[in-house]
Amino acid sequence: MQLLLAIITGILYASGIYMILRRSLVKLIIGLVLLGNGVNLLIFLMGNLVKGGPPIIPEAAKLIEGPYDDPVPQALILTAIVISFGLQSFAIILLKRTYQVVKTDDLDEINTTDEYA
Amino acid sequence: MSSQLIIWPILFPLLLSVVLMFLWSNVRVQRIVSVAGSLVSVILSVALFVFVQREGISALQAGNWPAPFGITFVADTLSSILVLLGSISGLAVSLFSAVSVKGSRLKFGYFPVFHILLMGLNGAFLTGDLFNLYVWFEVIIICSFVLITLGGERKQLEGAVKYFTLNMLASIIFLTAIAVIYGLTGSLNLADISLQIAKIENRFLVEIAAVLFFVGFGIKSAVFPLYFWLPASYHTPPDAVSAIFGGLLTKVGVYAYIRVFTLVFPNDVFIREMLVSAAIMTIVSGALGALIQNNLRKVFSYLIVCHIGFMIAALGLGTELAFAGMVFYLIHDIVVKTNLFLISGLVYRLTGSVSLRDIGGIYAKFPWIAFLISIPLFSLVGIPPLSGFWPKISLFGASIETSSFWLLSAYIFGSFITLYIIARVWSAAVWKDAALVKPIRETVLFDQLALRRRVFYILPVVLLSLVSLYIGFGAEHIQNLSERVAIDLIDTRSYVETVLGPSQNIQP
Repeated sequence: MQLLLAIITGILYASGIYMILRRSLVKLIIGLVLLGNGVNLLIFLMGNLVKGGPPIIPEAAKLIEGPYDDPVPQALILTAIVISFGLQSFAIILLKRTYQVVKTDDLDEINTTDEYA
Repeated sequence: MSSQLIIWPILFPLLLSVVLMFLWSNVRVQRIVSVAGSLVSVILSVALFVFVQREGISALQAGNWPAPFGITFVADTLSSILVLLGSISGLAVSLFSAVSVKGSRLKFGYFPVFHILLMGLNGAFLTGDLFNLYVWFEVIIICSFVLITLGGERKQLEGAVKYFTLNMLASIIFLTAIAVIYGLTGSLNLADISLQIAKIENRFLVEIAAVLFFVGFGIKSAVFPLYFWLPASYHTPPDAVSAIFGGLLTKVGVYAYIRVFTLVFPNDVFIREMLVSAAIMTIVSGALGALIQNNLRKVFSYLIVCHIGFMIAALGLGTELAFAGMVFYLIHDIVVKTNLFLISGLVYRLTGSVSLRDIGGIYAKFPWIAFLISIPLFSLVGIPPLSGFWPKISLFGASIETSSFWLLSAYIFGSFITLYIIARVWSAAVWKDAALVKPIRETVLFDQLALRRRVFYILPVVLLSLVSLYIGFGAEHIQNLSERVAIDLIDTRSYVETVLGPSQNIQP
């Protein structure tokens, strides 16, 4: 399971970076989405991945004996998913608007702000 | 315990923003409420600053969860200074926005978003938790995206695409770094991490995490190979927005650098060298970039980059003297950079342009304003009694002390180029005769404005100039403060003890 997750994370990072290096606005978004998902999986992987362990301390005990499931990464991922959801929806609107105004989706042509004036 | 005060600089802007949202279409009232609210924010942050000065570092455990498990808010001298400066800049920009930002922008929620942005800044300064820092960063960037695109002009959208992409990428890299740190230490509390990280055997993984932090914060604070989004986007939104971006957003990156690299990765030779070399390149390339620009706001954007290098280099040197210089420079820089963009807005209003070719004649027409804008400009250069001079003594001294002569030459180079650029801006804007070029857009020029609006254009610049003057003439006080912060940054025991409680077994 850990190996599988590690490989998937790697693929998501690699394809995300490949996509943001393309010149198209749409591929830029896809790249950012892929990277965002890659990082979520990475956080998941970084918590202790154990199957069937208790996530919280039993009522009577002071400490968990033996292996346990770490609940924190899931809380982190949940937060990160919500945040990236918001950002991605903003990004899609922004790029649609940019496409309508600039009338190109070629990133290399979105450069009138760099002109010497 | 009255450490509840720590949460107020975060809560109050949120409440203010909610109130402003109820006044959505009533722009007139929004202006007044925003300025009044910013004043209250200043009072709250002064209270926090005084509290921290009296009581020392204090921590607030959110929801009363004990330290490494819950989210901790920590106010030490550095955070409380930054919250204070942030709220002062916020007040100035709030005043400036009230007159300079167009009504059509204000109708789409400019002020509510602006105050949420200030909340995010305060949150980032006050949090003691790595993941919480990430969340505040997201609050800041989502607000800055709205502010940079509000109005939807073509140049704004083009700038926003670059700004958005790089900042989102930075957040992703920052989050990756958090994941690695969490995997290594099993903790998110900065104080706890700083204890755990020392026990890690695999230093290679720790360095990888450090490099990820370096890149993530580097994009946000505009460090050498990562800053190109900044001059491509900061000149596109209205001046009031650029002012808060230039003054505070990049400085949050610097603050995050300071926090993480003093608490989590202290005394790592590899990281230090990386910081210093990146900073040298930042100073040189930022200065050269500013040299060739002709748009006033782009010149200032490149100067932001150049002066970020001053601070990051000092962080890399890591001596007490360097830290004192860095903190002093940070204090001076926030005020001056905010002011510079307000001035570029003022210059646009006075002359109808921001191109160095077309502006001019300010001294002939408005001698008092010329005198006023000389204060922040010369503070930036560091003409002796003014604020930019004092931190440079410590910075230069620290680079001599550690025999980093490359860095020393970069500092000198950066300072001289800044001097040259400011002289150029000064002679173009103030002394040169006004060019014959007609203003392209139908801008209402300054002398046609009503007296009340004119006052509001000048007032924020006066306010920030007075703060600059205080930093310059009250340098002894600021220097003492910076030295205290520097000692805290090197000896992090009191920070860790305050957060985790005195019972912790802390290694010296």
